[in-house]
Amino acid sequence: MTITPGHYMALAAALFAIGLIGVMVRRNIIIVFMSIELMLNAVNINLVAFSQMYGHVTGQVFALFVVALAAAEAAVGLGIILAFYRNKETVNIDEMSIMRW
Amino acid sequence: MGEAIAFYSLAALILVFAVLVVSARSAVHSVLFLVANFLCVAVLYVLLHAEFLAVIQVLVYAGGILVLYLFVVMLVNLKRAPEEASDPRRRDRFGLLLSGAILAELAAIVLYSFAAPWSHTAGAAAVPGPGNVETVGRALYVDYVIPFEVASILLLVAMVGAIVLAKRDL
Repeated sequence: MTITPGHYMALAAALFAIGLIGVMVRRNIIIVFMSIELMLNAVNINLVAFSQMYGHVTGQVFALFVVALAAAEAAVGLGIILAFYRNKETVNIDEMSIMRW
Repeated sequence: MGEAIAFYSLAALILVFAVLVVSARSAVHSVLFLVANFLCVAVLYVLLHAEFLAVIQVLVYAGGILVLYLFVVMLVNLKRAPEEASDPRRRDRFGLLLSGAILAELAAIVLYSFAAPWSHTAGAAAVPGPGNVETVGRALYVDYVIPFEVASILLLVAMVGAIVLAKRDL
């Protein structure tokens, strides 16, 4: 009963799918952002599992880059949400259509 | 055996917390479930012998990014929840169907990969030598120093961008 990288991949796939459902179904843009964080975490689990599988730390280094990217994305995205909320008084993604056409 | 018990209990916790993040009514509850989820993922990293990344996960994700989320949720206090307003053009069921299709595809890939034998199952734990932090630091500052600098520029740009966006009038 050993845990192979396949088990970690299965967990990461399930976590990614849950995040994807959140992005597709939820209407509060903050929760959509949190679902994106879940998906980034699923990718990180995969990277670390492969890093352990090959006995090499490159996967962990790239997981660190993903964490830095998530921090940048959260800062800019939440800044946009605040600026939008100040103008429109809403965080509903269905009402965020001023840049669509 | 111990690893299997730890993995399965952690995986169950991670998935339950992820479902709660997506399904919670209040955004504040969602953020708190996300903290629990990230802490469980950090323990999973320890199980995978990635101790440095586990520490970074707790410090940066659970400590930094989620506090930012919590601040925004508190600032954007809603008079009416976005889920109550309904848009007739919205394709909720289509989105669910699409995510389900991608889940099925991922499951097929995982099942296919289980059928093939794993040739590299001898893990990094067997390799003696310096600890995880030292190895990661050496890789980060010697092999990947250019991407590291690019990431720092990205963070600077994101910081400036967030200030410009959130400031009332510059």
